[in-house]
Amino acid sequence: MSIQIPPAALAPDTLDSEEEHGVGLWRGAFRRMRRNPTAIVGALIVLGFLLVAIFGPLLTSYQPGSAEWSGQVTPTSVPGPSENHWLGLDRFGSDMWTQLVYGARQSLVYGVVSTALGLTVGAALGAIAGGFGAIGGRFGTWVDTAIMRVVDIMLAIPSLLLAVSIAAVLGQNKYSIMIAVGVAQVPIFARLLRGSMLGQGQADYVLAAGALGLRKRRIVIGHVMPNSIGPTIVQATLNLATAIIEVAALSFLVLGEADPAVAEWGRMLVAAQDRFDVAPRLAILPGIAIAVTALGFTLFGEALREALDPRTRK
Amino acid sequence: MSTPLVEVRGLKVHFPIRDGLLINRTVGMVKAVDGVDLDIAEGKTLGLVGESGCGKSTLGRALLRLSPITEGSVRFDGTDIAGLKREQLRRIRQDMQMVFQDPLGSLNPRQSVETILTEPLRAHGITYDKATRVRELLDQVGLPASAAQKYPHEFSGGQRQRVGIARALALEPRFVIADEPVSALDVSIQAQVLNLLEEIQQKLGLTYLVIAHDLAVVRHVSDDVAVMYLGGIVEQTGSDKLYANPLHPYTRALMSAVPVPDPTVEDTRERILLQGDLPSPADPPTGCRFHTRCPFRQETRCDTERPELREVEPGHSVACHWAEEIASGKITAHEVTPEEAAAAV
Amino acid sequence: MPEMTVQAEPTLGVGRRTDVLLSVRDLAVSFGLRGQKSVTAVDEVSFDIRPGQHVGLVGESGSGKSVTALAIMGLLPKRGVEVGGTVEYAGRDLRSLREQDMAELRGSDIAMVFQDPMSSLNPVVTIGIQLEEVIRRHEKVDKREARDRAEVLLRRVGIPDPGRRLGEYPHQLSGGMRQRVLIAIALACGPKLLIADEPTTALDVTIQAQVLEVLKELVAETDAALLMITHDLGVVAGLCDEVNVMYAGRIVESTTRARLFAAPRHPYTGGLLESIPRLDKPRGTPLRPIPGSPTQTIPWTEGCAFAPRCRNKIDQCTETSPALEKLADRKLRCFNPLPAEADRNGVDE
Repeated sequence: MSIQIPPAALAPDTLDSEEEHGVGLWRGAFRRMRRNPTAIVGALIVLGFLLVAIFGPLLTSYQPGSAEWSGQVTPTSVPGPSENHWLGLDRFGSDMWTQLVYGARQSLVYGVVSTALGLTVGAALGAIAGGFGAIGGRFGTWVDTAIMRVVDIMLAIPSLLLAVSIAAVLGQNKYSIMIAVGVAQVPIFARLLRGSMLGQGQADYVLAAGALGLRKRRIVIGHVMPNSIGPTIVQATLNLATAIIEVAALSFLVLGEADPAVAEWGRMLVAAQDRFDVAPRLAILPGIAIAVTALGFTLFGEALREALDPRTRK
Repeated sequence: MSTPLVEVRGLKVHFPIRDGLLINRTVGMVKAVDGVDLDIAEGKTLGLVGESGCGKSTLGRALLRLSPITEGSVRFDGTDIAGLKREQLRRIRQDMQMVFQDPLGSLNPRQSVETILTEPLRAHGITYDKATRVRELLDQVGLPASAAQKYPHEFSGGQRQRVGIARALALEPRFVIADEPVSALDVSIQAQVLNLLEEIQQKLGLTYLVIAHDLAVVRHVSDDVAVMYLGGIVEQTGSDKLYANPLHPYTRALMSAVPVPDPTVEDTRERILLQGDLPSPADPPTGCRFHTRCPFRQETRCDTERPELREVEPGHSVACHWAEEIASGKITAHEVTPEEAAAAV
Repeated sequence: MPEMTVQAEPTLGVGRRTDVLLSVRDLAVSFGLRGQKSVTAVDEVSFDIRPGQHVGLVGESGSGKSVTALAIMGLLPKRGVEVGGTVEYAGRDLRSLREQDMAELRGSDIAMVFQDPMSSLNPVVTIGIQLEEVIRRHEKVDKREARDRAEVLLRRVGIPDPGRRLGEYPHQLSGGMRQRVLIAIALACGPKLLIADEPTTALDVTIQAQVLEVLKELVAETDAALLMITHDLGVVAGLCDEVNVMYAGRIVESTTRARLFAAPRHPYTGGLLESIPRLDKPRGTPLRPIPGSPTQTIPWTEGCAFAPRCRNKIDQCTETSPALEKLADRKLRCFNPLPAEADRNGVDE
């Protein structure tokens, strides 16, 4: 069929985007976050937390858990804020501020390690399940189902029970806490990533990649994975917040370090229990620290999720 | 008569419906495509038209084996792709490509246009000069060279569709299936993309299968048209003939339902209104699949015998037992009540 | 020839009385997102609807047609939205009404049918209850009576076995049937004005024909006026007496359907008509697309928003803002319109 096509109709579209270089998903997301007050508040808190944790020793001249001033502590009083100790002493005679600062370190380490553990193992399981599931076929679905049943079993075990069991096996130390909290997070990440990947597997661009003759492995790794990771990263930030709380909780239950004077926010809460009526600040201060830090990570993570959501873009 | 580039015989695509607590058993089949024969000659455009649920998209995908083929053969240039092994199928994919309906969903949001266009080349081990080839492809679809560094979300719908077309052309295919290429676009943009597709076909000598639900679009771009209903083709002929003289009751209803932007036509045309909705492809009516809603249904044969697609006049095939009688006026339309139409659903 | 025809009314609903039912004057809507400058979605929109008249509002995405409808119904969010101009219904200023008074009008006097039936119907409530709810909201009837009326309504919109359907949930119905339920709900209390926002866009062509037919019949039966919002010129051609074409938030052409289709004068209208493939024209008729994309506009305050894409553009179009002028046979917002019918020497086929 010969059709007269007016040349004007085929003139190249002028593009509306002004920029020289394309704006990818992550860069665009961070740009949006810069304008979001929630994100900024969250980011500041997280930054503050990181600075205190990393540069702790520079912020205080005292040693943690030193119990130097135990002489000043009596059964009915715990010295409050003074010139030398701006937050006062704790019930063992250590400087509160020092304990909080070094406690931040511990929380950071515990939180990061356990979340990293959960993320790595969970994401690995989820990726394998999701990758095979997305490919489909008898074998693929079988692998997917098998892995997810294992994950389901893990989910069925209450995390507290899990933590106690692990502590019983590994002994009462910080490793058991980190492993316990980490293991509890594995199913969350596994399900999330696997669900993401299966969802993306239905997308048209995956079908298109198949139509182009790309190999299945390339499709899963190059197309499905990168688009599924977003929610998982967001979840990691949110989980970091919960991990910090859980670690504190488990320490509170005296499952971690045996030495009560060790600087860790959860343990500080333990120690604050029996002096609560005379010196409530012993509990309030670490409590605020835990809450604010967790809040910071949560705000940041939520803002990140919103920024990455393609629907709210544009 | 040379062999058509694409030859489809007895194609069936059935999806199992699984149910069960511990073990998934197959409890039924969704017969998305249920016995289809098609021929597409090289350099020509076949339009496949039908409403949602008729199986046309599934058919298009099955032609590229993006949907599993349950039965039948799909011959591309003589080779039956239904039986090809994975690697051979991968290779032949260079010759057959697809343009998808949703410009946003069919492009990987993480990839720049440049990557989108060059990835298929790398996947097939074709050596190329990146800058030149990308510029060539963008030029073919009317996009500026600066588009290469951008990401899909930075374009408008029409521009994204052009990227999708450029991607389909990257491997220099001979056969392109366009699955609803313009239905997701604004009306004022549709014509741009349609003209573009035509121009490319002329320049590159491509063979097209255009799948659409919009009759006017299909008529405009196609040499031949096949009308699909509930998994089967009910009428197939040249574009002009179909619109001048539709023989199948469904085609007639379909055509009379399309709104025309001309008040006089709208006021005076005779409308054939169908009752009820499309029956479920998992439980299609017995005999002729259209008989439950057909205004020309007869007492005999319609509900027991499935009509074959047969040639009623040269180059014009219809799947209806009574096509000749309807055309000559011996059989007239009668009213179908909503209950009757719903009875078989 | 098929008997299954519908007699098309040559007089679609031209409006019998001269007093105006709905009067929109200089309606303007702008959205102000926090921290960013406001976006004008609708501006200078004015039109009248007489009792029983069918008016069409035509435009593509971004034209502001849906926002106009929501503004008339008072359904726009309160925060971040600024509305200007007047909307008068039967002499009452709708914009000054309290929310509860407006709610009284909705359903009983002015009803709306939306595009997506799945999100317009409550998925966890049976359609029977949704129908009865509306009936009992505006009329003093008991449950029994409401249920009977609901059943009659369902039958009237062509839903088979209506008694059983009353107990079903929206997801159990097909798209076409859901849309009919929406129409039934809208017309349940006999409103004087029905606003239909793209009611059939999501439906298949044959279903669309059915639903439009039902809409037409019911509107004629109840003597309601109709404001039909759509992007489909074919739908408008068969349904509306008066047509307003919108682009980038303003009305650019407004006239009777006969004049609009026979001799469009705004380049946008003309461009649309030339760019769609049509069953009633010969197959080889080339499509003349409108170049560019809807996102290529300049603000109306600086000139004509359509100028970047317009084949008839002259210098003035990017310098001054064209006003909606009242010509002999239509209203037009253009400095260099397409020639009037009398001046055309043959339409190009």
